[in-house]
Formats: sequence, structure tokens, C-alpha cells
Amino acid sequence: MTVAGAAEPLLDVRHLRQVFPAARRSMFGAAQTIKAVDDVSLTIRSGEVVGLVGESGSGKTTLGRAILRLIEPTSGSVWFDGVDITRLPARAMRALRKDMQIVFQDPYASLNPRMTVGAILAQALSLHGLAPGAEREPRIVDLLQRVGLSAAQMRRYPHEFSGGQRQRIGIARALAVRPRLLVADEPVSALDVSIQAQVLNLLQDLQRELGLALLFIAHDLGVVEYLSDRVIVLYLGRIMEVAPARDLYANPRHPYTQALLAAIPQPDPIRRGRPAPLRGDQPSPLAPPSGCVFRTRCPIATAECAAVVPPLERYAPDHYKACIRQ
Amino acid sequence: MVPDRRGPAHPPSVNMPPYPRARSVPLVAIEDLRVEFAADGGAVTAVDGLSLTIERGETLAVVGESGSGKSVTALALLRLLPQPNGRVSGGRICLEGVDLAAISAAEMRRVRGVEIGMIFQEPMTSLNPVLSVGEQIAERLRVHAGLGRRAAFARAVELLDRVRIPEPARRAAGFAHQLSGGMRQRVMIAIALACGPKLLIADEPTTALDVTIQAQILELLRQLQTELGMAILFITHDLGVVAELADRVIVMYAGRAVEEAPVQPLFAAPRMPYTQALLRSIPRMDPAGQTRTRLEAIRGSMPDARKLPAGCSFHPRCPAAEAACVATIPAYEEIAPGHRVRCRRWRELPHPGAIGAAFGANFAAAAGAG
Repeated sequence: MTVAGAAEPLLDVRHLRQVFPAARRSMFGAAQTIKAVDDVSLTIRSGEVVGLVGESGSGKTTLGRAILRLIEPTSGSVWFDGVDITRLPARAMRALRKDMQIVFQDPYASLNPRMTVGAILAQALSLHGLAPGAEREPRIVDLLQRVGLSAAQMRRYPHEFSGGQRQRIGIARALAVRPRLLVADEPVSALDVSIQAQVLNLLQDLQRELGLALLFIAHDLGVVEYLSDRVIVLYLGRIMEVAPARDLYANPRHPYTQALLAAIPQPDPIRRGRPAPLRGDQPSPLAPPSGCVFRTRCPIATAECAAVVPPLERYAPDHYKACIRQ
Repeated sequence: MVPDRRGPAHPPSVNMPPYPRARSVPLVAIEDLRVEFAADGGAVTAVDGLSLTIERGETLAVVGESGSGKSVTALALLRLLPQPNGRVSGGRICLEGVDLAAISAAEMRRVRGVEIGMIFQEPMTSLNPVLSVGEQIAERLRVHAGLGRRAAFARAVELLDRVRIPEPARRAAGFAHQLSGGMRQRVMIAIALACGPKLLIADEPTTALDVTIQAQILELLRQLQTELGMAILFITHDLGVVAELADRVIVMYAGRAVEEAPVQPLFAAPRMPYTQALLRSIPRMDPAGQTRTRLEAIRGSMPDARKLPAGCSFHPRCPAAEAACVATIPAYEEIAPGHRVRCRRWRELPHPGAIGAAFGANFAAAAGAG
């Protein structure tokens, strides 16, 4: 085991694959598989915010869970602070969970309705033997205040809170154990617009205050841009482009990234009426296209795109794209 | 392609009283609508004194967050309020001058089948999983247009073609679960438009879709409106989508209209602090080189409908609120033709140059291009 130096990434995902079995078409048909995540490599530095963007079926949620080993990856490795966690025995993995936490999309489904908020936070602490005895209550009060709730609210149940407040509780629970990496899986998608901004600002404040590494998963480039240092664009289980946030928006190199950006409705009626950037639907993940998985919807695809899987090539420092045409 | 929708396939209604055809009568006129829901310890007001009109061929967007009353308004218009708890407790809803509360249940079914089409957020829950997609469209045509089985199915295939579904004949024989989310929503649009409605009610029709598919559906709705000329009542929480589609916009908050205007003034010069705050809280892509800024969040949360704040419902969250805002519900004042605001301070508050600045690059680019 090595201790990671400052230059080494906190999280280093190497050639991760996550394959799920799919139902057979018939009794005699061949077993089918879905490659939810296909040969994905990425790194997150300590204190860095990485946005992971993809539409439904891109594998973004699966990737987030495989990174935390909430599901067992099919192949590849996930190095956290110099340790390959895919090979850790269960006991060591449990101890490491303190360092890696997750916030889910639906705060209501992920909070036990029969427990008070205080009990939910106390459970998170006691699981890892943190803040025992008399330290516990002040710690819970501090957590609630950090996420913008009050000490008095610790005796309430999840249903007594609004959606935005519940997401604050989910964040408080994740942060209770002082993780070094937080995976936030669409944490604001279920919230009202006016509440989304509050929760995004809170996440940004806490990330900076605590120096967290944050993997922010979203289906929307708009939300991710404003939080992230770097952004990864995923399509059908593969990385299409990785770039510093500013670069990606100013100078997207992959046709899929360009389409994702062009598809976001802009709150500006003068610019209305732009044609939809992509035709057709995403192909079934059961039968992804050969070569570049995006080629069937790509406006600039050629015959060659069907033949080769485009490697993720460096375009500029920190900017990579998987496209042989650009 | 689809024949003229007013052709012989759609015999004129015999059950409905003749509509007044005067140009002055709007397609939809809602006057002082009040909707209540029975709840523990009394009634909750979901819509409070809403008035609006929709002209023929116009797209009116109703924007609001959860609890604003936007969807309840559509349900009241369709006479589909959840029973037994929901009821219209005041006001009138007229379609081409006919009070919809005064017609029979059978006539109302006809209005819902022929005059008004509807699409919702989750097409899967509105589609029948055991009937082929073509049968479901054909059913609408058999019931409301009196077509025979064969003719109805043939027209269903034409409608699938009209909503740009590839291989419409093959798709018509397929089932909803075989379709993607975007294709399902196209099928719902085909059903909604089957009898050539004058009004399409679209309640968050793209909210559950991926952005690239959302862009396709918005484009389709725009094209269909040009081709067919129906009015659209578009209900959404997304101001980006509003900017793409609406002619006029009504912003609702806690059951009341708080601002309405033609789409350009609403985005260029919103006057209600809530509208301004909503626009500022949207994460949007900064033009290159511009410093990344914090999102301007609206403090607090949506009020509980059972205990709405006194006076202006937005006052507890409003940065410009003062004592007088708590005392009375502000009047809904017309400040320019077609531009109404429910804020007693609209005159004195700074003109939202901040919003102009946020959109400055966009507007400049658009002006330069135009």
C-alpha cells in the first residue's frame, strides 16, 4: 500500500467495465448483456469537483455506484488514495466507506421515514464510531446548522420537511462522517427551480470549506458547468469528452458535447427556433453501434467511424475527446 | 399525409350548442377562477382568482413551481379535478364563449376528445400497455370522429407519420413499452391531435425527457402548430422551454397569477421580483471568459397552501418586501399593454438591468445576427 502524494489523484478509476445480464429474447436465444459502463478511466484529485454528464442510459449512475463499490465492477480497478478498493476485503471496505459518501437524487426515498433527523444523523456517526457519547448531540447540531437547518429540527421526521430541506438532510448525513470524496447523483433534479440554486450553492460552499473531492452526476450541462472544475461527458457507457469546465463550454470538440450544449433551452426568446441538434433516439444499450457508439446520431460520421472505437485522445492540456473526425 | 382535419372525417358536432364565432370571443376565457381542495380542517385554495384568455392559434405558457396552481388550472379547464376533494368554487371557464360548467358530462367528454387534446409528463402512464399504439389512436377516431375500424387505423398510421415517427405502419402495430420516451410522447401527441383540437394542453410534456429529445419534441410542437394552427396551453416550470415556445407567459405563485406579458418583455424586463429571481436562479452557460458566478438562490421555500402568507404570498422570500406587502394582497396592475404585475412596489424597484446584463451576451449576439 502506498500513501498518495499531493500530485496523485485521490480517486483513480482504470478501465472500469460494468456489464449486466439482460433477459433472453427467447428460451433458446443467446444470453444478452448490457455494457452499462465500458472501459472508463478517470481521475479525481483531492478537493476537485468533477461533473459527470450523460443522458438516460449513459451509465452515469452505474459508474457512480461502481466507484463506491455499491455494486461490484465487472472488471477494471478503482484506486482510492492509492488502494485498489475493488480488491479490498469486506471489513476493510466498511472502514473505507467513511471516506466515500453519496447523496441520492430522491431525498425522500433515501431517508428512513420512521427515524427523526437526529436519529438518522446519529446512526451515520455511530456506524463509524464517530462522536461518541456527549460529543454526539453537539455534532448533530453543528451538521444541521452547516446545511442551513436548525437544532430544533433534529426531533422532526423526514415527511415534515420540504424537498429541498430533505436534500439538505441527505447532504448532512453524507458529510457527518467527514468523507474525502462525495458522489452526488443528480442531487437537485427532483427539486423546484428556486430550491435547486440553494442546494447547489450549499454544495459548493461545503465542498470548498471541507476541501471535498466531489463527483457531481447530472443529465444537464447547465447545472454542472457552474460547479465543476472538470467535466466528463458520457454516452452509452463510454467517455466522449473530458475537459476543464470552461474549455468544454467554450470549445467543445466532440459532436455529442456540441449537441448536448445546443439542446439546452436558453431563457432567451430571441434565440428561439433553433433546430433540434440530434435526430433519432439513442440506440439500445443491448446492441450498441460498432466503432464509435455515437456514430448513428452523429452529423459528421463516416464509414471509418463504424470500424474503429475512437480512443480518448488529448486535444489540449486536460482536454480529451474520443472522436476521429474532429 | 393527413387530410384536412376539418374534412369529412370529422363531422361537425351535433350535440354542442353552436359556438359564437365572433372574433372578439377568445378560444379560452377563464374569469376569476377559484379552485379548492377539501383537506383536514377546511378547504385549501389551490387557485385563487385566476383570469386568463387564450386566443386561437396562440401559445400561452403558464409557469410555476410545485404548488403554484398551474396544473390544477388545466385540470379545472378539463373538468378533471380529482374527486371528491377538488372543486371549482368560483369563476367561469369558457371555451369559445360556452361556459364549460353548464354543459353535460357527455358534451364535456366530446370537448375533451375533439376540441381539446392533452399531453402529460409521463406518456407511459397515459398509454394502454396491452393495446397497440395504432389501436389507441384509432379508438379516439372511432369514438369521436365516427370512423370505422379500418379507416380509423389507416388514419392512425397517417397521424404517426405526422408526428414524424419513422416506419409508422410498423410502429402502429407495436406497443408502448417497445418505444423510447420520446417516441411515446410523439404517440401521445398523435392521440391528442387525432380529432383536430382547437387547443392542446401540454402539462410538462418534456420534463421527463433527455435534453436532446426535449429539443426534438419542442421542434415538433412548433412545426405542428404551424401546420395545424391549434392553440397551446403549455404548463411548465422551465423558463428555458417557455422562451423556446410561448407567445405569452403567465407566472403563477401559490395559486395566483403574479405576472403576465408577451414573451419578449417578460424575459427582457420582468417586473415581479419572483419572476426576476426565477430567471436569475437558472444555471446557464456563461460565455467564454466571463467569470463563473454564484447562482442567485431564492431564500426559503414554497409556502404551505394551508397557511399562505398574508398579503403578497411571495413576501417572506422577497428581497424587496416591506411592511405594507404583508398587509394587503397586491392588485394585478396592467403596466404596459398586456403586461400585468402583482407587486405594489413595481414602480419604485430598480428596473432589472441585472437580468439584462445576465442575458447581455445573448441579446447582443442575437441582435448582431439579426
